[in-house]
Amino acid sequence: MHNKPTRNSVTRRGLLKGATALGAAGLILPASYRAAQATPNQGGTFRIGLGHGNSTDGYDPGLWDNLYAQVFAASRHNQLIEVDADGQLAPEIAESWESPDGKTWVFRIREGVSFHSGKTVTVEDVIASLNHHRGDDATSAIKQFFDPVTDISADGQNVVVTLDAPNGDFAYLMSDYHLAIMPSVDGRIDPASTDGCGPYVVESYEPGVQASLTRNPDYWKSDRAHFDRVEILAILDSAARLNALMTGQVDLIDQIDPATIGMLEARNVANILSIPGNAHYVFPMDSRAAPFNDNNVRLALKYAIDRQEMVDKILGGHGAVSNDNPIGPANRYFHADMEAKTFDPDRARFHLREAGMESLSVDLHVADAAFSGAVDAGALFAETAAQSGININLVREPNDGYWDNVWMQKPFCASYWGGRAVEDHMFTTGYATGASWNDSFWSNERFDELLVMARSEINEDLRREMYQEMQQIVSFEGSVIIPMNNNFVMATAQNVVTPEQVSANWNLDGFRCVERWWFA
Amino acid sequence: MHAVLMMILQRLGLGILTLFVVSVVIFGATELLPGDLASSLLGQSATPETVAALRQQMGLDQPAPVRYWTWLTGVVQGDFGVSLATRRPISDMMSMRLGNTVFLALYAAAIAVPLSLVLGILAALWRNSLFDRVANAGALSAISFPEFFVAYILIFLLAQSGVFPSMVRISPAMGLTDKLYVTFLPALTLTLVVTAHMMRMTRAAIINLMASPYIEMARLKGVSPLRIVLRHALPNALAPIINVVALNLAYLITGVVVVEVVFVYPGLGQLMVDSVAKRDIAVVQAIALIFASAYVLLNLTADVLSTLTNPRLMRRK
Repeated sequence: MHNKPTRNSVTRRGLLKGATALGAAGLILPASYRAAQATPNQGGTFRIGLGHGNSTDGYDPGLWDNLYAQVFAASRHNQLIEVDADGQLAPEIAESWESPDGKTWVFRIREGVSFHSGKTVTVEDVIASLNHHRGDDATSAIKQFFDPVTDISADGQNVVVTLDAPNGDFAYLMSDYHLAIMPSVDGRIDPASTDGCGPYVVESYEPGVQASLTRNPDYWKSDRAHFDRVEILAILDSAARLNALMTGQVDLIDQIDPATIGMLEARNVANILSIPGNAHYVFPMDSRAAPFNDNNVRLALKYAIDRQEMVDKILGGHGAVSNDNPIGPANRYFHADMEAKTFDPDRARFHLREAGMESLSVDLHVADAAFSGAVDAGALFAETAAQSGININLVREPNDGYWDNVWMQKPFCASYWGGRAVEDHMFTTGYATGASWNDSFWSNERFDELLVMARSEINEDLRREMYQEMQQIVSFEGSVIIPMNNNFVMATAQNVVTPEQVSANWNLDGFRCVERWWFA
Repeated sequence: MHAVLMMILQRLGLGILTLFVVSVVIFGATELLPGDLASSLLGQSATPETVAALRQQMGLDQPAPVRYWTWLTGVVQGDFGVSLATRRPISDMMSMRLGNTVFLALYAAAIAVPLSLVLGILAALWRNSLFDRVANAGALSAISFPEFFVAYILIFLLAQSGVFPSMVRISPAMGLTDKLYVTFLPALTLTLVVTAHMMRMTRAAIINLMASPYIEMARLKGVSPLRIVLRHALPNALAPIINVVALNLAYLITGVVVVEVVFVYPGLGQLMVDSVAKRDIAVVQAIALIFASAYVLLNLTADVLSTLTNPRLMRRK
């Protein structure tokens, strides 16, 4: 198995074309906007206002958990592998990679790249950067990625990673945003250092306030990083963010409240980008607890939700209906032909009767910490479910401590996923039996079996079949209601130019807006 | 003067005791909050293993009294310790923000205190006149609106037209004029919020005295109304006014987090809120101590000043 980025290109491209067409339809761009894209201009100070960032944010890559940390990291660091705007793996610090059997992965480290401090990036730096997330005493959020890793060693200019079982998608995991390449000091990285080999050099950083960076004059990518300076500001209040953009104090903001998009458009001072991706909002049900241990109850709830109305009202149209499928249209093996679940009160009643019930009453625990609009979404769900004899009692929880006290604690609640570029990544973290983020505590023998088989399957068609069967199982037997895929909605000043294709992998062009965008 | 010195020392002693009690209460309260730093730092991605590893690294597996004692011994030696979340020294994290908070409080006070005193005195002087009514109604409406609403109105009127920035970007390197310019809107918001209280207290205290026999005496001997207010009534009305000013100053230092959020102002309030949300107890404690000290010191100053303005208290045995 040779995992140069061109592998799978035929099928993946075909799928992606479809996804791109979908994406283009979702993009709200003035006609002149796209025409203005020629050769990138150099220069300018790019000021980003983000609705994230706390004074408690640290430097440790294992603990990066919000968009501020992610964009700040992408501004100063490189990774082994980058996910490009088309969703394909692209070489970054790893020049190329291959695996003969899916068990041994060889990453060839690019030569002649240096850190901001002037030190050359070596194989040792890469190993130390990976090992930071590995081992019993690691505190990294992606520790589990390295559970199957038995050894990481150097071989000349190569880093060799050995797994205990084949995984055809291991290279994808190496594109995770936590895996920044940082300089090694005595075999370990210093998690408090801001030194990296990325596009911009940190000039100053005040957590929860702002970071200022200047262009790395020695950046090895000649066609990237077009701004002279980047400033990343934490602006938590959504009205303050909008004001900052409208009064020209920042050039890009994220998280636009759907209710204000119309007004912003009418003002004609900003461009709004709405990028469909794999991110989705969910209502997980504890499949061990009654009544959710009966699949008929789960199906009844799935038919009692009006997905289109959710997209229209909660997302303001900036999203798409999901068929309880954690795999999105931007994924390679997305199963588009599944039987769609529409809002169908009769069918919901039918499933209730199958479960031996005439009516059903459940508590749904929500807070806007789960996703913006979660409380409204819960109310909407309760409203439509009532038509099928299902009484959803909305319990409003505080935002503070939501992930500790509600999520994975209460049997029925709200949550979100950023989506993953790879099916295996998504399923392994959220749906495999016993997975740490399996928030519905769901277990399905056939699903687990397929998951392991698909991981090491080399035949593309068989693999597709397996992943599609898994999506079918999750959708119709799973214990998570996934009503919608939310778009990444952002707004830029009118002089900001984005490339033809903006990544759907993560928000803000896969966090890479700082090195992919430029000023007109 | 001896009595005043004694009082200051006594009050300072009591103040230290207050600070100790505050620190115990805050520590206890944060212990009661669900979840701890390790789980909030990891958020949605917390798994039992990573949480356990992080807890051990941060010393959160120690019992609460042990953690409190470690913290207290550090603080007594002047060491606030490092933030559990970021591993940065807390004094570093706070110094800039404390400076910003004090700057904004002083800025707002510099506008609000003279403004409310003048308005209050004039309102008392022209009691029940049109001026009195307008000043009262204006100040009361300003205080009745929530702070963020006042802030948004000011942004709408003064920032969207480009006169003042809606977002405060302040750095230590800026000149004083620039600082005053960029922080004008938050300072104005706070002024509108605190003026009513001080103005009405000034007015009420003076009017209260205007009914006294000695004021009547002054009036009978033909002193002008302005002179009566400034020379005869005001000195006796100073004690309540000083107290109310001190209270409002303390509020300007400790209670302005909403204004900080709206104007993206990097002050202590935001740091406090973030730290509570992350259960970063060391930082919460340090800020709570600063806030409590602000109250203690301002109240002490108010007491000393009101004693000095009242000869009867100075002579009391």
